[in-house]
Amino acid sequence: MNLIKYLIVGFVFGVVLTKAEAVSWYRIYEMFQFDSFHMYGIIMTAIATGVVGIQIIKRYKINDIKGLPIEILDKEKGTFRYWIGGLFFGLGWAMVGACPGPIFILIGAGFISVGVVLIGALLGTFFYGLIKEKLPH
Amino acid sequence: MEFISSTWHWSISGFLIGLVMLSLIYFGKVFGMSSNLRSLCSMTGIGKKVPFFDWDWKSQRWNLVVVAGTMLGGYFATHYLSADSNVAINQMTIQKLQSIGIESPESKLLPKELFGNDVLKSPKMILFLLIGGILIGFGSRYAGGCTSGHAISGLSNFQLPSLKAVVGFFVGGLIMVNFIFPLIFK
Repeated sequence: MNLIKYLIVGFVFGVVLTKAEAVSWYRIYEMFQFDSFHMYGIIMTAIATGVVGIQIIKRYKINDIKGLPIEILDKEKGTFRYWIGGLFFGLGWAMVGACPGPIFILIGAGFISVGVVLIGALLGTFFYGLIKEKLPH
Repeated sequence: MEFISSTWHWSISGFLIGLVMLSLIYFGKVFGMSSNLRSLCSMTGIGKKVPFFDWDWKSQRWNLVVVAGTMLGGYFATHYLSADSNVAINQMTIQKLQSIGIESPESKLLPKELFGNDVLKSPKMILFLLIGGILIGFGSRYAGGCTSGHAISGLSNFQLPSLKAVVGFFVGGLIMVNFIFPLIFK
C-alpha cells in the first residue's frame, strides 16, 4: 500500500519531536519563560528549512510524487480568527505543554493521562464545529 | 549511540521537522496535525447533525496514518532512545517550577504532578487536562491550524494569516505561564 510512506514520515516526526523534547511540558514552560533558545531554535530551523525547500520547489517547478505540479495553497484571508483562535490555542499549548502532534506522540509513548487532553481536544474541535457560524472570522 | 539517546540539538531537530513537512508536500499533501482532530470527530458520524463535520474526511486518511506513525515513533523513542541526561532545562526554570510546586525533570518528559497516573484520581487535575485539551482543539480549529500548520507550514510559505496565528499562540502562552499558572498553582 501507498500508505506506508505516511507511516514512515509520521514515525520520523514522532522520534524527532520526542528526542528534541518538543513533546516535553518542561520545554514548553521553559520556552514561554524565555529561559532557553532550544525550542525557538527548533522552530526557526524548521521554518528556514521549509523556506529553502519551498523556494526550490517553486523556482524549479518540481512535480510531486505522482508527477503533478506542486501547488501550495495560500491560507484564507482573515484577521480575527487568527488572533483569537491563536490566543485560545496558545493558552492550551502552554497549559498542558502539548500541541496536537505531541498529544498523539505522548499517548503512543504510554502517557495515559494525555488521553484526557486528547478527549478535551476532540471536545474543543466539536464545540468549534457546533458554533462556527456564530463566531466572527 | 550516545548522540542518539542524548537530547537532539535544535538545529538537527528543526532541520528534520522541515524535511517532514517538505516530504508531505512532495507527496502532494500538507503538513498539519490538528485537522486529524476534525477527522476523528467526523468518523463518529456526527456530520449528520453538525455540517462542519460533514466533509470528505476519508480523503484525509493518509494523515491518520501519519498520526499512527507518530505514536509508534513516540513509543520507540521513549522506550529505546532515552537517556538520563534528557530534559536538561535551565536551572532558572527549575527554580520557577519549584515555586509553583513542580519538581525538576530528572530526565522525565512530563512532570508527575500534572501527568502521573495519580492525576486520574483527582477531579481537579482531570479538569485541568481536559480544559487544556479543549483550548487546543477549539483554538486550532478556529485559527485553522496549529504549530505544524501555521508556525511551520504557513510561515515557511510567508503566509500573513499564519504570522497572526503564531503571534496569537505566543501571546496566549505567555498569558498562561505568567498570569494564569500563578493562580492555578497557588
